[in-house]
Amino acid sequence: MINYFPEEVLWHVFSFLTSHPDRNAASLVCKSWYNVERFSRGKVFIGNCYAISPERMISRFPRVRSLTLKGKPHFADFNLIPQDWGGNVYPWIVAMAKGSTNLEELRLKRMVVSDESLELLAKSFPNFKSLVLVSCEGFTTDGLAAIASNCRFLRELDLQENEVEDRRGQWLSCFPDSCTSLSSLNFACLKGEVNVAALERLVARCRNLRSLRLNHAVPPDALQKILAQAPQLVDLGADSFVHDPESETYNKLKNVMQKCSSIRSLSGFLDVNARCLPSIYPICINLTSLNLSYAPGIYSKELVKLIHKCKKLQRLWILDTIGDKGLGVVASTCKELQELRVFPSDLHVVGNVAVTEEGLVAISAGCPNLNSLLYFCQQMTNAALITVAKNCPNFIRFRLCTLNPTIPDAVTMQPLDEGFGAIVQSCKGLKRLSVSGLLTDQVFLYIGMYAEQLEMLSIAFAGDSDKGMLYVLNGCKKLKKLEIRDSPFGNMALLADTGKYETMRSLWMSSCGVTFGGCKTLAEKMPRLNVEIINEGDEMEGRPDDRQKVEKMYLYRTLVGPRKDAPDFVWTL
Amino acid sequence: MERAAAYENDLINLKATELRLGLPGTDESEKQSSRNNKRSSSEMDNSCEKDEQECAPAPKAQVVGWPPVRSYRKNVLHQKNESDLSGMFVKVSMDGAPYLRKIDLKVYKNYQDLLKALENMFKCSIGVYSEREGYNGSEFAPTYEDKDGDWMLVGDVPWDMFITSCKRLRIMKGSEAKGLGCL
Repeated sequence: MINYFPEEVLWHVFSFLTSHPDRNAASLVCKSWYNVERFSRGKVFIGNCYAISPERMISRFPRVRSLTLKGKPHFADFNLIPQDWGGNVYPWIVAMAKGSTNLEELRLKRMVVSDESLELLAKSFPNFKSLVLVSCEGFTTDGLAAIASNCRFLRELDLQENEVEDRRGQWLSCFPDSCTSLSSLNFACLKGEVNVAALERLVARCRNLRSLRLNHAVPPDALQKILAQAPQLVDLGADSFVHDPESETYNKLKNVMQKCSSIRSLSGFLDVNARCLPSIYPICINLTSLNLSYAPGIYSKELVKLIHKCKKLQRLWILDTIGDKGLGVVASTCKELQELRVFPSDLHVVGNVAVTEEGLVAISAGCPNLNSLLYFCQQMTNAALITVAKNCPNFIRFRLCTLNPTIPDAVTMQPLDEGFGAIVQSCKGLKRLSVSGLLTDQVFLYIGMYAEQLEMLSIAFAGDSDKGMLYVLNGCKKLKKLEIRDSPFGNMALLADTGKYETMRSLWMSSCGVTFGGCKTLAEKMPRLNVEIINEGDEMEGRPDDRQKVEKMYLYRTLVGPRKDAPDFVWTL
Repeated sequence: MERAAAYENDLINLKATELRLGLPGTDESEKQSSRNNKRSSSEMDNSCEKDEQECAPAPKAQVVGWPPVRSYRKNVLHQKNESDLSGMFVKVSMDGAPYLRKIDLKVYKNYQDLLKALENMFKCSIGVYSEREGYNGSEFAPTYEDKDGDWMLVGDVPWDMFITSCKRLRIMKGSEAKGLGCL
């Protein structure tokens, strides 16, 4: 019956489909739906840039306006992947420029972005509006200058945690006087100077500016002047804050802050004198998001005073210097908390007692809406995790990281299997899980049994045998990404269900028990998988023995075969 | 490689029985020691947290990529640490003491902290500061040489101003300090 609907009707109906899974599902119904869907899809999400080629993407979705691409595997964040591995965005930009795509938005994560790419991007898409780069590298401020100069309708330039080389240039001054459309500007990750006068003028003429995150080079008196021009800001990031509470600048800042009643999100404070924090007290009451994870200069006492005022907080990122007691204050103050991230403050010291299971239990008791957690802690117990699971059944993301990767239950000295078991059993909507601490195969039995919605699992230094990995592969039907390091899983687990990998985006295994022979077998069996081995060092000469263990293996499903840009140290089997 | 887990486990158990130089219950304390730990190998004075660091079991070698923190974050905090750690070490002399000491002013949050530390270090009593009387009535008075080369009484200016202008400290005998205490 539905086939008799004219395409215009289908088109209209599909315009209400915004999520990718929904659109993907719709496109599978029949040829007609497939065609209507593909012409109407404006936002394309590609979780692994090597799963498909730019040309094929464009030919399937000719009307793409917004492209999201992810490149390197997640463990690249932790120095497990050498430089020049790949993930270059340039071929995508070239293809879209050639295909006259009307690109308006580009969002990249863990990709290599050259200045050449940025220049081509800036010159090829006249309606380009939004560039978001997260954890990328390969570009300099010259590339940013090209974007600023050429993208006449630029609304968003959001640079999050990228490695950017700073050239002696004036990229910020490259925004022409006619540019008034900016609504979001984030250059907190840049290390160098910016032309502060140009910044002030830019802010003054962009009346729609809602989000502004400055880097360390913008001095406090400039911050104060900028805020005076932009009281409509909703999101503010400032790394260089006032130092002297007796100074004129401090007074001016305090006054101007009071007028910034729209600010809901705050971040930065890399360089701050905690005694100047009272200047932001007036906006605390409205804050829903606070990121102090780059503010090592704020001691527990001042932090607690600040948090006391933030009763509406939904998202909090902090350093573990807050301590368990500080987390107790968060628990009693921030009743609407949904997301909490506690980062380690000192990575060089083991035995640095910062937060423990107590802080987490307190949070779970006080914040029942908590659904997303990243928690670096000194120690954990099963009892605590069981309590957390009971208090907060709504976790979607649960990532626990014990600073000592194989530490057992701090009280019973048992593995933490039962604790994580409780989490997966209670949190029926859990999509992402990272486990740590002393763990046996048992925890994976629980995960396989209960984690029905799990899409991403990170495992390190855990398990006893192949059974562990098998429990997960057999049980977690919705698994998309599995990343494992330093765990005793070998060929038996790898090869037990090779078809499974085509239902997943990718699998990473490093310092495990899989051998060259095992990986070769897998590659032969599954032509639509790329099985890549990363071998640094001197194993370049000749083929290694089949029995030799593989250092790092990354496999992913793909429609386009082995990639052509793999460097020397990457072998696609 | 599977044995790595068991090995780590043994190390953890070992730690529970190891001998330490620190006072009991000094594990949980203020995070300022985290800054000190970079220098812990050469310092023998002060806090017990540092002693614990020195005696900690050596095999906690850095595991690559653990804890899993983005390099960006590590670099930012490390650089901040470095710039903070450039430290503000100043010499401290006390009248009658056979040798001088050195302290890092950045470790202290305020005058109270500093004076307490000095009292501990030199086993003296410095007393309480008052704007009118200085440290009158105390056995000792803390003074410092500022950037201009003048000898000033500790406590007159805001703390932040003090630590940036202090070149060295001298703990004077109360009798000598009377001249500085009142105007």
